[in-house]
Amino acid sequence: MNFQFTKEQELTKKMIEQFCEDVVEPVTEDQDNAHEFPVDIVKQMGELGIMGIPWPKEYGGAGGDYISYCEVIERLSATHCAVGTIAAAHTSLCTGPIFYSGTEEQKQKYVVPLAKGEKLGAFGLTEPNAGSDSGATQTKAEDCGDHWLINGAKVFITNGGYADIFVITAVTDKKKGTHGGISFFIIEKGDPGFSIGKVEDKLGIHASSTTELIFQDCKIPKDRIVGQVGEGFKIAMQTLEKARIGVAAQAVGVAQGAFEVTKDYMNQRKQFGKKLTKFQYPAFTMAELYTRIEAARLLVFRAGDLADKHKPCGTESAMAKFYASEAAMDMATKGLQFHGGYGYINDYAIQRHFRDAKITEIYEGTSEIQKLIVSGAILK
Amino acid sequence: MAFKIIVCAKQVPDTNVIKINPKTGTLIREGVPSILNHDDANALEEALRVKDKYPDTHITVVSMGPPQATDMLMECLAMGADEGILVSDRAVGGSDTWATSNAIAAAIKKIGDFDLIFAGRQAIDGDTAQVGPQIAEKMDLPQVSYVQKFELADNMKDITVERALEDGYQKIKLQTPCLLTAIKELNEPRYMTMPGIYEAKNKPLKVWSAADIEVDLDTVGLEASPTNVFRSFTPAPKQPGLKVEGDSEKAKADNLLIGLKEKQVI
Repeated sequence: MNFQFTKEQELTKKMIEQFCEDVVEPVTEDQDNAHEFPVDIVKQMGELGIMGIPWPKEYGGAGGDYISYCEVIERLSATHCAVGTIAAAHTSLCTGPIFYSGTEEQKQKYVVPLAKGEKLGAFGLTEPNAGSDSGATQTKAEDCGDHWLINGAKVFITNGGYADIFVITAVTDKKKGTHGGISFFIIEKGDPGFSIGKVEDKLGIHASSTTELIFQDCKIPKDRIVGQVGEGFKIAMQTLEKARIGVAAQAVGVAQGAFEVTKDYMNQRKQFGKKLTKFQYPAFTMAELYTRIEAARLLVFRAGDLADKHKPCGTESAMAKFYASEAAMDMATKGLQFHGGYGYINDYAIQRHFRDAKITEIYEGTSEIQKLIVSGAILK
Repeated sequence: MAFKIIVCAKQVPDTNVIKINPKTGTLIREGVPSILNHDDANALEEALRVKDKYPDTHITVVSMGPPQATDMLMECLAMGADEGILVSDRAVGGSDTWATSNAIAAAIKKIGDFDLIFAGRQAIDGDTAQVGPQIAEKMDLPQVSYVQKFELADNMKDITVERALEDGYQKIKLQTPCLLTAIKELNEPRYMTMPGIYEAKNKPLKVWSAADIEVDLDTVGLEASPTNVFRSFTPAPKQPGLKVEGDSEKAKADNLLIGLKEKQVI
């Protein structure tokens, strides 16, 4: 048991705190209000190696670890949740599966520019009729001898409008069903027959781009398949197993951000002649919430540590995700309540955290799906 | 031959969060994070810009302080410096600027080969601005302090700098080897990068004792320091200024004269 950060993890924390304070925080409110994708921030994150933290140097990465990655996603999300979403989806949902399951050629061609932040990545699993039931994928990939032909649509795809490289699942053999019938593919922006559909208008994470992906006789080369034919569902599930750590870190970040603005508000707001922090009910509630945030953070680091040691982390990442996202929602809800009427006004950041917190309970596996995973593992 | 730069840096308490004990007038250091001194970050940044342009440039960061100052040197390595050296020894503890510059000059002599020394103008915890210039004097090097602009010619020999003055600047030409002290107007220091952070541990980071730098022990440390802090205190905040009002220019001038006479200034 060792709860000490390494020197690298400490420096990472220092670096990302400075970056968030100087670069991210000043534009958060405006970008959220304007639903503006943070192009410049993403570019700068690429230059600083933030878009490829856990990947080895030979593949363009920082040679870092999941703990550092979690620290970064947490602080980004505490400051500007959409930025955390963009970095996490790019890193663990798109680069992750190519790194873990791709060929050497695919890694050189795709992981290197993704890890360096020269290209932005997205991951397409969800479809209009395949949400929690991701095995119900209908998008088809047909083997046409010298190429694949893809037809169908994906929805709610993070980074959709700005990504250069996409990874998607598609049915290659309907008869074989979920396991064996789905394969995993790489799509490039500009592939014939591939286009971006509807851009979603969301409750929160306004500055992130969430779009539909449309495939109409989309023709891609044969070497775009990741792993073997029929391994798509397995690769997608392995991807989510680690990616959930990132969303959990994001939820901890939103919770922390909500905590910080609420603490500041309670320290300056006086009612009945004293500060809100001097009233026992809000003070004790904050103590409980802070403890939950800290517990969630430990669950995140526990899952991240397992991932760093290349050990199975599916149950731990599922626990971390639903626990952290529920802590975030609770913190944001109660934090907003402690702001009273001001909490309902857009000038106060707590409303943004409140809107952003909700998504962490939904995407990359709802809280209910996480509980399905955990119960399945512990009740065997 | 590779261009060699030595950067002098100090680990200081973050003055943004620091508090002063009103009774003793000393800094409350408990729980205060330590940071790379601001002007020193500018010094390092300028050295890194030389390295960006001439990649075989070698940057060594030299510091003096307690063992934990290696954390600050790690940060410099993560920003892109090649090597860190910390002079850390009880024998140099409590040094004033004179004694500190003796130790740092000895360390630089020990390093030996260099083309340029960059230091920050001053440290935020002492504000003396003396150590950089003293190192230059003791090493018999030309120096320019308060550098706000720096240019190195392609011959890697000729340097043109702007030295900030209160109401303008001097343009100065000099040649390597020399010592320059940086001010914040010189540049915007870069962030550590993620690959830089994970590369830092593979770069040399040495801790040297007083014996290692072969310094005369009579010239370093508290005992050898000619200056001692007699007392430190927080100055009372200045009173706000007075705005002279009046309906006309003449009335304002009259009121100003009345005020000055009342205060017996005239």
